[in-house]
Amino acid sequence: MNPYLTSLTAIVTRESLRFINQRSRFLSALVRPLVWLVVFAAGFRAALGLSIIPPYDTYITYEVYIVPGLCGMIQLFNGMQSSLSLVYDQEMGSMRLLLTSPLPRWWLLFCKLVAGVAVSILQVYVFLAIAAAMGITISPAGYLLALPALVLSGLMLGALGLLLSSTIRQLENFAGVMNFVIFPMFFLSTALYPLWKMAESSQLLRDICAFNPFTHAVELIRFALYQSFNGWALLWVVLCLVLFFGLSLVGYTPTPGTDRRKGRG
Amino acid sequence: MSALDIAHVSYSYGERRALDDVSFALAPGRFSALLGPNGAGKSTLFSLLTRLTVTGQGRIRIAGHDIATNPRAALSKIGVVFQQPTLDLDMTVSRNMTYFAALHGLSGRQAQARIDAALERLDMRERAREKVRALNGGHRRRMEIARALVHNPEVLLLDEPTVGLDTASRRAITDHVHELAGGGLTVFWATHLVDEIAPQDDVVILHRGRVLAHDRAETIAAGKPLTDVFMAMTGAEAEEKTPA
Repeated sequence: MNPYLTSLTAIVTRESLRFINQRSRFLSALVRPLVWLVVFAAGFRAALGLSIIPPYDTYITYEVYIVPGLCGMIQLFNGMQSSLSLVYDQEMGSMRLLLTSPLPRWWLLFCKLVAGVAVSILQVYVFLAIAAAMGITISPAGYLLALPALVLSGLMLGALGLLLSSTIRQLENFAGVMNFVIFPMFFLSTALYPLWKMAESSQLLRDICAFNPFTHAVELIRFALYQSFNGWALLWVVLCLVLFFGLSLVGYTPTPGTDRRKGRG
Repeated sequence: MSALDIAHVSYSYGERRALDDVSFALAPGRFSALLGPNGAGKSTLFSLLTRLTVTGQGRIRIAGHDIATNPRAALSKIGVVFQQPTLDLDMTVSRNMTYFAALHGLSGRQAQARIDAALERLDMRERAREKVRALNGGHRRRMEIARALVHNPEVLLLDEPTVGLDTASRRAITDHVHELAGGGLTVFWATHLVDEIAPQDDVVILHRGRVLAHDRAETIAAGKPLTDVFMAMTGAEAEEKTPA
């Protein structure tokens, strides 16, 4: 087999096995969006009226509205969790094994990215299956069309995680990521409320939401699930993917004078 | 041609000079020890040799390949055992080895044959199906050495590989790696423990980022215990630099 494909297969297999072995991680990855869907959405259903907005062609319940956002949330958490594991790998040494491979570094990091996306897509489809069991169904074509959207949004959010891991060298610094990346990205997006709803309370918040790459990831998934195409969201997601991955490659390329760690021996 | 050729390499962490104009070359097929006390610059040098860190000062050639201009060719010629373990504890020995082989582009029967041979070389073949977590420290280290040999490297780098092991495991691993050097592999073994070095081994003594000596251990020792000579060299140097 081609060395590039060999390494890709090995890295994806390793990450998938690690994920499956960590049952608690799998469980929490599912419980988190389900709590939002069952508890949060039930409470908000009465409070939040939704008008007919694309890609929906009829009135929908709030549960239906937030499903794509929760798919995005799974991928956002997964991207950050992959990033956390990269920081852990750097501290524990297994990242060294990867980076001393003779294959190009960009390829190895891309393989890591793909592995994270594979794991996140598995979680999303399990979540969608549970949502379907609860009565929130989407057409079979929607489930299928969501796949390329999920690949792209997963790659973009994973690349953001990779970028963060290239700048954060210590695990203790990582707690801030939760407060300063995950929560703002999630709440300042269209995952929980549409843009027009946000504009009702603040135009500035609406603009921030419109600028947030996570909004576009969610919209890309939302439109794909309902067999529609959102070119603007696609463009944003692809541009952010290229930008985040490019910057993370710069972060992972050793250059003289970039090592801030103390020498050990 | 030298297996490893280091010329005028320097490296600093901010203000602190970790390596200062380090130059030496290792002959192929020999066991060479990089001997230095803690903080001598051994791990920094290993980071440079594995391209985890790069420097703008000096040149490093591995099996004839310049690591700055041709890093992939240089990296394909080295096997590395890091000071910190780099194993997936919940996976089997075999799966750990397969993963590493794949990172070097090896798969299928070719990879399996190399893995079997490498495990055989370290007397670890019967452990292939065990989870790494079930292995003791000595066997985990042996597994890491076997793994570093899967892609048939020309140079094996080991950064203090016996740290944390008991005396028996330490001796067994030291003996195994000496045998590997006897088989034609170039071994570069960083340590601060003099008893891991045989009289016929080559030794590079590194202290405070500078090479103090590079010769056969027995030549450096000149009839005295190597420990005494090493202590005298590094101790005297320490005193010289200590303000009165």
